Amino acid sequence: MKLNFRLIILAFATVFGLIFSAPSLLQLESGKKVTLGLDLQGGLHMLLGVKTEEAITSRIKSISASVKNFSDKKDILIESFSFSEDSVTITFLDKDDVKNVKDYISEIKGSVVVVEDTKISISLTPEEVLATGEQAVSQAVETIRNRLDQFGLSEPSVTRQGKDKILVELAGIKTVEEEQRARELISRAAKLQLMAVDEDRAGRVYTMSDSEAATYGDVILEDTTNPQIKYLVREIPILDGGMLTDAHVGFDQNNRPLINFTLNAEGAEIFGDFTAASVGKRLAVVLDGKVYSAPNINERIGGGSGQISGSYTVTEAKDLVIALRSGSLLAPIYVMEKRSVGPSLGADSIRAALLALVSGFGLVILFMMFYYGLAGVIANLAVVINLFIILGTISLLGATLTLPGMAGIVLHIGLAVDSNIIINERIREGLRAGVPASRAISEGYKKAMRAILDSNITQLLACTILYVYGTGAIKGFAVTLSLGLLASMLTAIVGTYGIYQFFMGRIEKNKNYTLWFGMSRRKGV
Amino acid sequence: MELFKEDKVYNFLGKGKIFFIASFVLFFISIALIAVKGFSFGIDFTGGTVVQVKYTQDAPIDKVRESLKKSELFKHATVSEFGSSQEIVIKTPSSTAELSNDIGDTTKEILKGTGDFEIRRVDMVGPKVGDELRVKGLTAFLLTLLAIMATVTFRYEWRFALAAIIAIVHDIVITFGFVSYFEVDFNIESVAALLMILGYSIHDTIIVYDRVRENIEESKETDFVHVINEAVSRTQSRTTLTSLTVFFVVLTLFLFGGDIMLGFSFPMLVGVVIGTYSSIFVAAQLVVWTGFSVTDYRQKLAEKIKSRAEREKMRAQFESGII
Repeated sequence: MKLNFRLIILAFATVFGLIFSAPSLLQLESGKKVTLGLDLQGGLHMLLGVKTEEAITSRIKSISASVKNFSDKKDILIESFSFSEDSVTITFLDKDDVKNVKDYISEIKGSVVVVEDTKISISLTPEEVLATGEQAVSQAVETIRNRLDQFGLSEPSVTRQGKDKILVELAGIKTVEEEQRARELISRAAKLQLMAVDEDRAGRVYTMSDSEAATYGDVILEDTTNPQIKYLVREIPILDGGMLTDAHVGFDQNNRPLINFTLNAEGAEIFGDFTAASVGKRLAVVLDGKVYSAPNINERIGGGSGQISGSYTVTEAKDLVIALRSGSLLAPIYVMEKRSVGPSLGADSIRAALLALVSGFGLVILFMMFYYGLAGVIANLAVVINLFIILGTISLLGATLTLPGMAGIVLHIGLAVDSNIIINERIREGLRAGVPASRAISEGYKKAMRAILDSNITQLLACTILYVYGTGAIKGFAVTLSLGLLASMLTAIVGTYGIYQFFMGRIEKNKNYTLWFGMSRRKGV
Repeated sequence: MELFKEDKVYNFLGKGKIFFIASFVLFFISIALIAVKGFSFGIDFTGGTVVQVKYTQDAPIDKVRESLKKSELFKHATVSEFGSSQEIVIKTPSSTAELSNDIGDTTKEILKGTGDFEIRRVDMVGPKVGDELRVKGLTAFLLTLLAIMATVTFRYEWRFALAAIIAIVHDIVITFGFVSYFEVDFNIESVAALLMILGYSIHDTIIVYDRVRENIEESKETDFVHVINEAVSRTQSRTTLTSLTVFFVVLTLFLFGGDIMLGFSFPMLVGVVIGTYSSIFVAAQLVVWTGFSVTDYRQKLAEKIKSRAEREKMRAQFESGII
């Protein structure tokens, strides 16, 4: 019996597997544990799409707002705005002013200006359209992440997928109510706008159509609590949530929750100027297209703070504050795919997969021992070490173990013994031909190795393709399977060979091939 | 213990015609089944919603159906038992894109009053996602076949590669003929099973091919049929044993994995049996039909060795400064 380098490698691999799989297996406090997929621990998985085209529309609106600000300052009179999805046409009263405005717009990055008589059409360059869409998606990822961080779940995961998709994974969602709350928080546009009520025509709001309102540059908005109440407001907002610096929950004199917000310096100035010029008129506080309140302006409001009152619960107010603070979404998002698994189902799945794992494993171990004798025991040892290595590597890499991944491991046990079966059959062949044990073993390994390598490399290639083209759960499957293939090559080809070399002296001395290789006794041996 | 007499050469190819006819018939029945009957695709591919509900008592399926009928979203919904009599699965081709109020919430509203229940799973896939998955799945499958074709050609010969690919397609088509016949849900896990069977099938086939190659290289036998019979006989023991161990574990997965794993475990169960059959009776037989010649192969091998020897000689001369 002597040590050899193969045995040492196996020993290292075993120690590695044991150390890194121990935290998961023994549920230790410290150390990296296997991350269970949402299908196993329960949770919410959502693939969200971003409607980037609406980000373009709102970009056009904001350019229009700055043109209006500019015109107001220079006393240029605007006759009308006419919006389409990706452009705006502004008609001026005086043709002489047009050039002035054109120069101003030309300085806005990414805009395309076309002048025709008293009309100016503004649209975006193709690069700007792309950039705006891109920004909408990356901003949405950032915003959703911020919101979920404040929501109080452990490890929310928000990642971008492809050009305009966002993957949100929330583990530890326990109830349907909690899930609904999370979804509402994510989807909230949180677009705060302060808009001027069009007092000249406000009386006619209940008889006016949307298209008629548009001809005056107005929009009709509903009240948040009572949709019957309608407001006619100027389409271009005075200012929006981008100038918000802080929001927090407060209470009114009746102890009902309300939201206090503070504007930045620029916003405060615009707000001050507007309120000074509009005493006696109403100001609509609009959140996500709904009017929350429309108080009268009694005097100039400086300091740049205000409040949003409405009938909501404290929880709703808190979620709203989170949404406002983390910024608004530039473009609306929608659900492309949603999978939610209750924790009890996840536990059931784990139980089922473990049952399959244990019973399959038991059958294979018994069979190998029965058929190959001590060689079977050695093969079994290799498979057990193999499992430790897979589990340890998954924990170390921080890869996620999903239900298909577990199925992959179960399946892998069946395949992992295969290398040993091939080797053992080869060794038996040699022994039967009367070759001495040491040569039968070394030749058996050499010959088996070629077949095993050929096959495993082909399969690893297939796994790589599976990983690249697969989605979520399939990726997990490909990862566990590749790890299994690599680990089995290590334990079966290198490891078990080391064990045989270690015992070689004994095998050669007692020549008990029935004990060592489970061969039938025959005459003459 | 030993199951097979190792020194006996079984005549596997002698009954080639019978297996060929059997394979041919199975293959075309499967194609017909897949073409006519098709698959019951899961929502992964078609888009739609699956809601799994567990009641504390036996699930009132009729009452659930009655309540669902009233909703536009569940007009074409099906309700079936899932695993136990307390658990049901509702499937509908509809999906909702809205975040704040989705189809899962709606289900909960609708089922109010049918008893005490818990919604355990809501899977919703929009229409676009399924299309993408189909394209990706197909690309992955074709790329894998190409990769196998390339590696087997590189390590063996193109005729071996062609035969291997035909064997793989044979295995997969027949397996999914069964899936179609038994109306097992075809979902994303089934794609994993498909690729797994592909891997298993190529693995088994390569083990046999390796032995064929070894026999060609080490013996003087010129009769290719005999070479193959011998190779298949020698690997018979390992093919059977491995298939048995894999079959054990797949069977436990099928029996204990539950309905949620059925899309994976059922095709695997069939695939292991078909894959074993084809690596013994089909894959090697096919190489014979591609017109593979042992003498040609040996000649090429000899040339390869000769040219390598010559190259080495040249290099040796170059290094010792003769040229």
